Amino acid sequence: MTDLAYTDGNSIAGPLAEMFALDITGASTVCVGCRQRSSVAELRVYAAGPGSVARCPACGGVVLRYARTPTNAVVDLRGTFSLSIPC
Amino acid sequence: MPRVRAKPLPWRVAHLADAREETATARTLVLQVDGWPGHLPGQHVDVRLTAEDGYSTQRSYSIASAADGETIELTVQLLPDGEVSSFLVQDYKIGDPIELRGPVGGWFVWNPDDTQRVLLIGGGSGVVPLMSMVRARRYAGSDAPFRLLYSARTPADVLYRDELSREDDITLIYTRAAPTGFVRPPARLTRLDLPLMVRPQPRIYVCGPTGFVEAVSGLLIDLGYDAMNIRTERFGPSGV
Repeated sequence: MTDLAYTDGNSIAGPLAEMFALDITGASTVCVGCRQRSSVAELRVYAAGPGSVARCPACGGVVLRYARTPTNAVVDLRGTFSLSIPC
Repeated sequence: MPRVRAKPLPWRVAHLADAREETATARTLVLQVDGWPGHLPGQHVDVRLTAEDGYSTQRSYSIASAADGETIELTVQLLPDGEVSSFLVQDYKIGDPIELRGPVGGWFVWNPDDTQRVLLIGGGSGVVPLMSMVRARRYAGSDAPFRLLYSARTPADVLYRDELSREDDITLIYTRAAPTGFVRPPARLTRLDLPLMVRPQPRIYVCGPTGFVEAVSGLLIDLGYDAMNIRTERFGPSGV
């Protein structure tokens, strides 16, 4: 069975707006695994765990993770070479 | 030492001003939001419900209306076992407050100044943000050519039926049961339901359950549409 238990980066626009002054769903990422360029909105977002994991739509590699703790909002950008924001 | 804090998108209190039953399981909430800054069609809000014991949960809902002062409309589809949707569809009463923040999302949006041809493809409640675009186009008096392809399970599941019947270029397809006399047999959307690619290519917005969006975007690519022109929004695995 195909795994369809994901949404996309549009669904984390609100949480990410806690961290960034601009909306970053239109920002482009470059996957460190396969070099695919994707907007944050196009990432596959898995939110069943304690945080959200956004994966590359091409290779499935983790591009970014977001979690909210009682005291902090944490973004882990381990899987993108850059975050390019239209301005 | 002073702490550096991110300035979060503020949670606002909204009140239910009016409500409309769209289908047996979908309800449009007309919300009055003090200080609402306005929105672009396609954007959504996060809604937060907090119980008396402090338990809190939030969901995202697309805005269905065009920008109109401090009023926004959300259309909420009742989901099986949906703890937030069951409250909003069945129990949320006129005058009661909820918390929301937004508008959020700057990618799956249509700008009413844009003159490019537009193709909208919605599956189920994926039509909601597309309806905001259709309404914003009408309110702006835009000449941008719009075409909407809307896939619904059955005639009883169609949202905004009367309003859509007054728009020019709307095509409905049914996946489970079609009205009497409807030529196309009920089936999932195929490439035969999609317009052939012509240049200049339209800007395309696809919204619905994840499986629907993946299937439609694959068909569009097969037909020669450029991925650069396709913007997608996925609701998740929902079968609704």
